[in-house]
Amino acid sequence: MIGYAFRRLGFYLIAFWAAITLNFLLPRLMPGDPATVLFARFQGRLKPEALEALKQTFGVNEAPIWEQYGQYLSSLLTGDLGTSLAYFPQPVHTVLFDGVFWTLFLSGGALLISFVLGTLLGAMSAWWRGGKWDYVPAALSFLGAFPYFWMAMLVLAIFGFQLGWFPTRHAYSGGMTPSFSFSFVYSMLQHAFLPGLTMVIASLGGWLLTMRSSMIASSSDEFVLFAHARGLKPNNIMLQYAARVAFLPSLSGFGMALGFVVSGALLTEMVFAYPGQGYLLIQAVRAQDYPLMQGIFLSISACVLLVNWIVDCSLLILDPRTRAAS
Amino acid sequence: MNTKLRFGILICGFFAAMAIVGPFLVQDPQRFVSTPLLPPNTMHWMGTTGQGQDVLAQTVVGAQLTLGMALLIASAVVFLGALIGCASGYFGGWIDDILSLFTNLFLVLPGLPLMVVLAAYLPPGPVSIALVLSLTGWAWNARVFRAQVLSLRQRDFVSAAQLAGAGHLEILFVEILPNLLSLMGSTFIGAVIYAIGAQVGLEFLGLGDIGSITWGSNLYWASNDAALLTGSWWTFVPTGLSIALLGFGLTLVLFGLDEKNNPKIKMERHWVASGGDLQRGITPIEKKE
Repeated sequence: MIGYAFRRLGFYLIAFWAAITLNFLLPRLMPGDPATVLFARFQGRLKPEALEALKQTFGVNEAPIWEQYGQYLSSLLTGDLGTSLAYFPQPVHTVLFDGVFWTLFLSGGALLISFVLGTLLGAMSAWWRGGKWDYVPAALSFLGAFPYFWMAMLVLAIFGFQLGWFPTRHAYSGGMTPSFSFSFVYSMLQHAFLPGLTMVIASLGGWLLTMRSSMIASSSDEFVLFAHARGLKPNNIMLQYAARVAFLPSLSGFGMALGFVVSGALLTEMVFAYPGQGYLLIQAVRAQDYPLMQGIFLSISACVLLVNWIVDCSLLILDPRTRAAS
Repeated sequence: MNTKLRFGILICGFFAAMAIVGPFLVQDPQRFVSTPLLPPNTMHWMGTTGQGQDVLAQTVVGAQLTLGMALLIASAVVFLGALIGCASGYFGGWIDDILSLFTNLFLVLPGLPLMVVLAAYLPPGPVSIALVLSLTGWAWNARVFRAQVLSLRQRDFVSAAQLAGAGHLEILFVEILPNLLSLMGSTFIGAVIYAIGAQVGLEFLGLGDIGSITWGSNLYWASNDAALLTGSWWTFVPTGLSIALLGFGLTLVLFGLDEKNNPKIKMERHWVASGGDLQRGITPIEKKE
């Protein structure tokens, strides 16, 4: 059992190493020599120190590539992701740090809510199917077909700008300093409500459909039929028998879908100018801040891989079959 | 044909027609025809953009490039996925180990940030977008094809071909491939949905060719021209609705096909038709004695 957890950890470490290597190779292998193009563009606009930092990132020096790779890895180990161009002279990791917190708060919260709610609705719509409940998956998969960021634009236009019920940008009111006071937390929730809502609405359908189909499958399992035969209360059978087993494929799908949902969340942050990773990413794209862009890719990868590993480990605890197989 | 399939095909057909003949029926989408940010009126049924272009024309013409690109990207994604998945499932052993590792890596790495980093280094334009989306989108298909080939390889007709002395390529193309065609169809539809969404997302970020008329660049300009601030909903609602309707139509086709071919769902139909009750969570199955 512990062995399985470690094997999965090994896989995710390899995945992270692949992300790091990709990050190292991309600027060096891309066609058209991006470094030269960039230097030409930034010449005269950046301080000499900044140009030096850019050279470091792009490996414009005489050292052979494996030596550069060694340097890159060792600087990563000390948490050094290079220097941001847009926020020069701040190093990338300080710029990233704030963003990680806001993304975890907003996207993590929305993801959790939509997963729990979607799974519950999926179980119920499978249980009571053949009636009015059949409209729920149809309606939600229609809502799920909208791009996340478009939904965000619409909600922002209506409830933010037209009706003025909610703040239209940032994570807390201007002039406030982050603290654990009631007014600050209230402001945080107020600012997170609209972006969180759009993420939940857009991703609910996916979780619902996964749970619904595995719930339909598990309702024909013999232990469920036996529970019916024993005359247990239908609600007990639904939640404690059928849903309990059907939940496992949903949970293992969680890891796979995570990357997709995070991508949508990043674009939503952008629309609301919410100061998380997604907003930083667009700032980096607009300013052609390559070191920051790559740093964001690495930090999001690390988060996604970590959550995947935690999901794997929790499956191990919840699913006796995984335990037996390992 | 069931209701879902019929509706789905109807929606997809509508957008196909829009992409093919639509551009001949509307005004020039690039031309500055009127005052900027005019709400819908009799001259411009869907109003004008922040630069005074006709929104209806932009939406209709945008369908062409967006759909064309989506079909191209989806083909590449399914081709790559099928190639890697089949090789991995058919050959097994160390080839499978390496290809599976590769597939799983691409599955867990978050797509959008990777796409953004890739697209930022490439010169902006449709070719770069197609390249980036094909490179980042094949993994899920590879996984599906691998599983299918893995089970097909065990069948008797493959063993028979092996005994008859057929080579690997012959078995793969003559024996196995024909059995994968329906799977290819459904993964292709899924890939089109992916390609539209990802393409629109990247273009919305400004990583595409923002000078061309696509659904993504329409939304990019809408957000840049302060559509939200001025409350000019008509600049982004038509494009967004088109994307969602088409995506929904494609999903309906997928579900419709599944309903048509899935024996479990057929069984359920039969059960309901003969007066059975689906309430309270009992799934009818056929018991084999």
